[in-house]
Amino acid sequence: MSTYEIYIAYLTIVRKEIKRFMRIWVQTLLPPSIIMVLYFIIFGNLIGSRIGQMGGFDYMQFIVPGLIMMSVITNSYGNVVSSFYSTKYQGSLEEMLVSPMPNWVILAGYVTGGVARGLAVGTIVTSLSLFFTQLEVYNLGIIILVVLMTSILFSLGGFVNAVFANSFDDIAIVPTFILTPLTYLGGVFYSIDLLPDFWAGASQFNPILYMVNAFRYGILGVSDIPVGYALLVISAFIIALYSYCMHLLNTGKGIRK
Amino acid sequence: MTYALEITQLHKIYDNGFEALKGISLKVEQGDFFALLGPNGAGKSTTLGVVSSLVNKTKGSVKVFGYDLDTQVSQAKCLMGVVPQEFNFNMFEKVQDVVVQQAGYYGIPRDEAIRRTEQLLKQLGLWDKRDDASRNLSGGMKRRLMIARALVHKPKLLILDEPTAGVDIELRRSMWEFLTRINEQGTTIILTTHYLEEAENLCRNIAIIDSGDIIKHSPMQDLLKTINTETIVLNLQEPLVNLPEVEGYHLLLVNDMHIEVTLNQGQDINNVFVVLTAAGIKVTSMRNKTNRLEELFVNLVTSNKTDLQGVSA
Repeated sequence: MSTYEIYIAYLTIVRKEIKRFMRIWVQTLLPPSIIMVLYFIIFGNLIGSRIGQMGGFDYMQFIVPGLIMMSVITNSYGNVVSSFYSTKYQGSLEEMLVSPMPNWVILAGYVTGGVARGLAVGTIVTSLSLFFTQLEVYNLGIIILVVLMTSILFSLGGFVNAVFANSFDDIAIVPTFILTPLTYLGGVFYSIDLLPDFWAGASQFNPILYMVNAFRYGILGVSDIPVGYALLVISAFIIALYSYCMHLLNTGKGIRK
Repeated sequence: MTYALEITQLHKIYDNGFEALKGISLKVEQGDFFALLGPNGAGKSTTLGVVSSLVNKTKGSVKVFGYDLDTQVSQAKCLMGVVPQEFNFNMFEKVQDVVVQQAGYYGIPRDEAIRRTEQLLKQLGLWDKRDDASRNLSGGMKRRLMIARALVHKPKLLILDEPTAGVDIELRRSMWEFLTRINEQGTTIILTTHYLEEAENLCRNIAIIDSGDIIKHSPMQDLLKTINTETIVLNLQEPLVNLPEVEGYHLLLVNDMHIEVTLNQGQDINNVFVVLTAAGIKVTSMRNKTNRLEELFVNLVTSNKTDLQGVSA
């Protein structure tokens, strides 16, 4: 295939993916918006007003970056895992496998779909947060970079989950038992400075901590982790997961007999 | 000579240890209409799965119009269209979108993809259904949709895995006409089917696969010539009680209105009619008891099973 043909194939998957989550917006865009509004009301307004300050900011201001990040993470992951698994389950993945499209284009198409949904939900949640607090932009470049890298990383994670999933139950296990605990323990609601030394150290092994803090830095200018280091860690995870996804596609694990 | 499909010593052993293909070799000429027949579990779908890259082979080589699937996979795939046995499109997508998307995967620009899709859907009688969700189509329409999808990138080789399974007779015949037409226009077609009448009517060359081995590979006419016996059923005008003897022929009075005549290779049925006419027996019509290819197929597969049992014993 020529470069132009590969570009068309890539656009075809991206268009299909965006169309899919827009068509079922009641399942994909509305629920995270409602959940985040509840977080803003309960944790931000009702409980947050009693907590006072966190990291030198109002509690509401402190948790908003983390909550936005949480939306981006869960939606990027959820989009790819459910879409790719459905494609596999229905057999329509074969449409792509019989075509001359290189494997990396299939991966790039699905990841872009996941990034698109992550960005769409992130934008909606950010807009909703403005009804509850004032958001400032400390470093726009960092904000964009971190959101993009995070959504790419979790889209790749969703892809791995979908390849190994053998039932619809399997696509819920990782988000429920791994992703949600890691997100809650990733500094969304608190600064790791509050933790005892051991748990603060243990938190360093949680990749979500780096994303939440780097994003918080982009908005508030504060972070528990040096931003350069956070970006390095996220990049390392992206490279590792991308390589693993390509290995799965090239060997046909879970998708070819 | 460059073959449309050239399979050499193809082996496939599944993870559970089942050897689905035991080193098959197969050549399909360009422009051919080729039948790959075999009983259930013989290895037909595995063979087509390897050719279409949906099944990883254990060893052997596959070439499509000279392009090796291992080293020139992109070129080989561009020349192939695949219609699988199971419906494998997104049931929630619109009919038109299923075909347009497939064109996109082959790098065909959207405007051109839409134009080709319209043309194919019209040819296959699906244009009126273009905006329907594909899950709402009937079984026959779904099969036609998969054919349209497989043809949208104008492949030179079309592989159909039981394309007429579960399709009514009228629709089956219209699909035969369509496939014959595109074959006449130059598309090589490889077909697996359980309807042996279909293979006999459409295909020029045939391979029979059983237990992972090719047990017959020849032109259809040559194969049919090897049939040793043929059973003809004669329908009588009036009830018959005493069946006359015809020397050298085996006749059986099935019931008072039907006679079965078993003809050995080279025997002439006219001799039977001479005797029947002399006895005042009037025959109103006649037909083959079973499809000729079916008879041959059953014989070949049965004798292969016996051979295998002999080997394992």
